[in-house]
Amino acid sequence: MNDKKHLSVSAIQNGTVIDHIPAQNLFKVISILGLDKIPNLITFGTNLESGHLGKKAIVKIADKYFERDEINRIAIVAPHAKLNIIKDYVVVEKMLVEVPDDIVGIVKCVNPKCITNFENVTPKFHVADKKNVSLKCHYCEKITDQEHMEYR
Amino acid sequence: MKNRSLVSINDLSREEIFRILDMAEEFEKNPSQRILEGKIVATLFFEPSTRTRLSFESAVNRLGGRVIGFSEASSSSVAKGESLKDTILTVANYSDLIVMRHPVEGSARYASEVSPVPIINAGDGANQHPTQTMLDLYSIRKTQGTLNNLKIVMVGDLKYGRTVHSLLMAMSQFNASFVFIAPKELQMPQEYKLFLKEMGLKYEEHTDLAENIKDADIVYMTRVQKERFSDPMDYEKVKNAYILRSCMLEGTKANMRVLHPLPRVNEINVDVDDNAKAYYFTQALNGVYARMAIMASILGLK
Repeated sequence: MNDKKHLSVSAIQNGTVIDHIPAQNLFKVISILGLDKIPNLITFGTNLESGHLGKKAIVKIADKYFERDEINRIAIVAPHAKLNIIKDYVVVEKMLVEVPDDIVGIVKCVNPKCITNFENVTPKFHVADKKNVSLKCHYCEKITDQEHMEYR
Repeated sequence: MKNRSLVSINDLSREEIFRILDMAEEFEKNPSQRILEGKIVATLFFEPSTRTRLSFESAVNRLGGRVIGFSEASSSSVAKGESLKDTILTVANYSDLIVMRHPVEGSARYASEVSPVPIINAGDGANQHPTQTMLDLYSIRKTQGTLNNLKIVMVGDLKYGRTVHSLLMAMSQFNASFVFIAPKELQMPQEYKLFLKEMGLKYEEHTDLAENIKDADIVYMTRVQKERFSDPMDYEKVKNAYILRSCMLEGTKANMRVLHPLPRVNEINVDVDDNAKAYYFTQALNGVYARMAIMASILGLK
C-alpha cells in the first residue's frame, strides 16, 4: 500500500511524518499536538490497513519538527507511533515514541471526587504501568486505566 | 521533615516513621512542653470532624501554641464561593502551619503545592489521613513492642475504609500478615490484594468474625455503614455479624489488642470496653502524642 508508487498520503518535501497511529486515536493525536491550531500544511490518511494495529492512521506535517518532550505526549494514545523526519523528500531520522514518567494535562482523572475535577487544577499523573499505560493521579492517588481515559 | 507538608503516609520513609514514633513516645512521657509558644496553627475543617480537630487543637495547646480556624465550610468564605487556593493563600498569611480536612480527594496535595507554609492533611475525602495512620502505628508498636511480623485482622468496611487501606500500606513495610473480615459487599479492593501479592505478604479473607481472631496480634475494627449498601435488606442481613463482643475475646492471644479509629456505633459491644484487650480510647489519646510529634517535626522544633 505504502510504496513509493502508490502513496495513500502524498509525500512532503520537509517536515515530520507520524505513522502507526491507531486509527481511532488520530484526532486525539491531532488535538494533543495542537495540529488543529497551526498554519502548516497537514495531510493525513486514516483507516489504512496495518498488520498489527488493524486500522492505522498517518499524518504528514510540512515544515514542522517536534521536540522529544512534545512528541512523548502522544504516547498514551499512540504508544507504537513512529516518526520520520523528512528533509528534501528523504528520511533523515527516525524516532519512536517513549511513554514518559509523568503526564501533565491531556488526560482527565477518572475519579469524580478528585480536586482536578472540582477546581481549576491541571491534572498530573505518574505513569504506573508503561506497557498498558495506566496513570496514577498525583493528587487523589487513584488509577486511571486506558479503558477509562478521557481527554481534556 | 522540616518545612515539609504531610499529605500521604506514602510520603514517609521507614526512618521518618520511626523518628516520629520515637518523638511521640517522648511527648507521652512529658506532654506539656511549650515548644510551640509564639506559633499559630490554623485548623481548616471544610467538613466537620470534631474528634480529629479536637485532637490537633489539644496537641497545639499542650505545646503552648495558638489555634485559629473553622470547623465547617459554612462558617468560612468557601460558602461565598472562594476557591481552595485563595483560602489557603490567605490563611497562610495568618499562620505557621495549616491543618486541613477537606471532602475532595487530592485537595491536600494541591494545597501543599500552592501554600507557602506546610500543610498537614487531616483527611481528604476517601484518600488519605496520614496522622490517623501514624497514631495507629504508634498504638501497635506500643502494645506489641514492635511493628515487625504481626498478624493484623481488619474487620468491617474494608472497601471504602480509608483508615484500613493506609494502615495496610504502612504495615506492609514491616512484614505483616493480614486477615480481612468483611461482608461480600465491602471486601478489600483488588488493588490492595494485588499489592500484597507483589510484596509477597500473606493474607486471608473471611466473612466470619468470631472464628478468625484467635491468633491475631491486632484486631482493627471499623464501622459497617448502612449507606454503603444499595439494598437495605443486604445491610439488615449482615449488620449483626460484625459486632465484637467480650466473649469472643476468650482464647485470643494475651498480647492481642482491639483498635478502632472511632467513632464507634455498635460494632464493638460496650461489654468489650472493660476488657483489658480493649485499646481504642487509649488509641485516641495516642493521637495527641502522634500529632504533637508531627507538628514539632515539621516546624523543626525537635
